[in-house]
Amino acid sequence: MALLEVKNLGISFGGLRAVDGFNVNIEKGALYGLIGPNGAGKTTVFNMLTGVYQPTVGTFTLDGENLTGKSTLEIAHKGIARTFQNIRLFAKMTVQDNVKVGLHNHVKYGIASGVFRLPGYFKDEKYLDERAKELLDVFGLYGERDYLASNLPYGKQRKLEIARALATGPKLLLLDEPAAGMNPNETAELMETIHFVRDTFDMTILLIEHDMKLVSGICEEITVLNFGQVLAQGKPSDVLNDPKVIVAYLGE
Amino acid sequence: MKKLLTKKNLAALLLIIAVYALLVACDQFGVFNRQSKALLVPIGINIMLAVSLSLLVGFLGELSLGHAGFMSVGAYAGCMFTIHMDLPMAVELPLAMLIGGVVAGVFGLLIGIPALRLKGDYLAIVTLAFGEIIRSVLNNFSVVGGAGGLNGIPKYSNYTIVYVVMVITIIVIANLVHSRHGRAICSIRDNVIASESMGIPVVYYKLMAFVAAAVFAGIAGVLYGHNLGILKPSTFDFNKSIEILVMVVMGGMGSLPGAVIAAIVITVLPEALRGLSDYRMLIYAVVLIAMMLLNNNARFNEFKQRLFSKRAARQGAKLTKEGE
Ligand SMILES: Nc1ncnc2c1ncn2[C@@H]1O[C@H](COP(=O)(O)OP(=O)(O)OP(=O)(O)O)[C@@H](O)[C@H]1O
Ligand SMILES: [Mg+2]
Repeated sequence: MALLEVKNLGISFGGLRAVDGFNVNIEKGALYGLIGPNGAGKTTVFNMLTGVYQPTVGTFTLDGENLTGKSTLEIAHKGIARTFQNIRLFAKMTVQDNVKVGLHNHVKYGIASGVFRLPGYFKDEKYLDERAKELLDVFGLYGERDYLASNLPYGKQRKLEIARALATGPKLLLLDEPAAGMNPNETAELMETIHFVRDTFDMTILLIEHDMKLVSGICEEITVLNFGQVLAQGKPSDVLNDPKVIVAYLGE
Repeated sequence: MKKLLTKKNLAALLLIIAVYALLVACDQFGVFNRQSKALLVPIGINIMLAVSLSLLVGFLGELSLGHAGFMSVGAYAGCMFTIHMDLPMAVELPLAMLIGGVVAGVFGLLIGIPALRLKGDYLAIVTLAFGEIIRSVLNNFSVVGGAGGLNGIPKYSNYTIVYVVMVITIIVIANLVHSRHGRAICSIRDNVIASESMGIPVVYYKLMAFVAAAVFAGIAGVLYGHNLGILKPSTFDFNKSIEILVMVVMGGMGSLPGAVIAAIVITVLPEALRGLSDYRMLIYAVVLIAMMLLNNNARFNEFKQRLFSKRAARQGAKLTKEGE
């Protein structure tokens, strides 16, 4: 059984079938790519998998558990975390606090402990600080932990979003164009970091990317979406040589 | 225990004691005239109101225009209790505060529920309507004195009691804000969708912020009633809610020290400039607009950050250098 199993997922906005008959199986530990031209429906797939949109048809299961129709909050608790194409950081909070929001459910101290500074508060906050440091170190952001998130340069904001998603301790990590707006050097470095995250955290990652070369470089398997439908699926080398895919990307 | 004795906490403790010692000294040596002494309790009460509203407006990011409503339900509930009881003050007043806080908290929950569905302007209108409805109900409710007011409340409040309760209020709200619960509340303000995706129970924290803000407004109301000895519905009007909001906004939204200072200024200024009292609402409007503009100004925000946090200041300087 694959970690994520998506069957015939589809959604319509008014008359527009934004995603139609989407199927995919992602094994535990995989680094999976989702590509396709602008407006193909990639982000919409993420929005359905995180309960931001409710699919009109189809189902998806995580670890065998059906999560179709669940709310964003429930799905987050079940272990799917994500980043956003248009960055959604907690802009007026510090870099470290952004990650600590991600870690929110890793400690349990109650309101009384927080308000009256009972021992549980100190113990748990110390633990959170340590975990936050680990995560920020992975992305080279610990030095900037007291910056407001909005004061970070663009590339680092994208990294912080990944760190924050990772902080929730997910089973599956969804990254929506993590390299968007980065220069080639930053992109290469980020891809290395994503590899590193997959290996050290034993993470399963589904990532959206525009750049086919980039995806074929790091993903073991990819799915190509076009006009809401799966155009091709499989190993990057096969998929990228598929005439249908070449046409979709380059035109006739 | 050791963790509580940090430098920062010791400094705060010293400040709390020093301010109180100063108050007592000024009182003893006749520095205060009658008028200025009469301002001490209102200052403390307004600080409680500003700090509690700050939780909603500054940290949760929801505009509430009905804070005077929470204050009034708490005030009436607590004061009705003391009027009808015949217990020593040391028992009666704390119980009255408890009752006022709980009753206001229940109203906070009731107003928090529509807040889950409404955003921005719509919520502002609901809270505004709430305040006005409460006021007209009190106005027409003879059991609580109607428009003539609720008389015969024992004058228990003095600046010592108000100071203690005010300090506790500030500490509770500051500690709440600097805990995982406060971070959750701030994350809702900054981005609800991301907050929910990170597993933050948004519904729970929105309600919690509304209840906590209402509880402390209610307690402030109880102290207010026991200071004047009379409660009139007309004092809890829209203007009072706006006045509290101005304190929060002027304090820089989401800054507790700012809210405290603004509350002091807003309480003292009209008394100091009695001639201007006709223009009070006009001045509030100007302050609100000016602060909204300033708060959206990047340079001003940078300056504010530098003012309030040394570490942030150092890094802010570094950032600007990198940017050059
Ligand atoms: N909430 C919505 N309401 C109506 N239409 C929508 C909505 N969300 C997405 N769409 C439409 O669905 C289609 C797919 O959009 P989506 O954002 O998923 O594309 P994408 O593959 O992520 O594209 P890009 O590479 O530009 O990010 C588009 O035609 C878009 O306009
Ligand atoms: Mg997209």
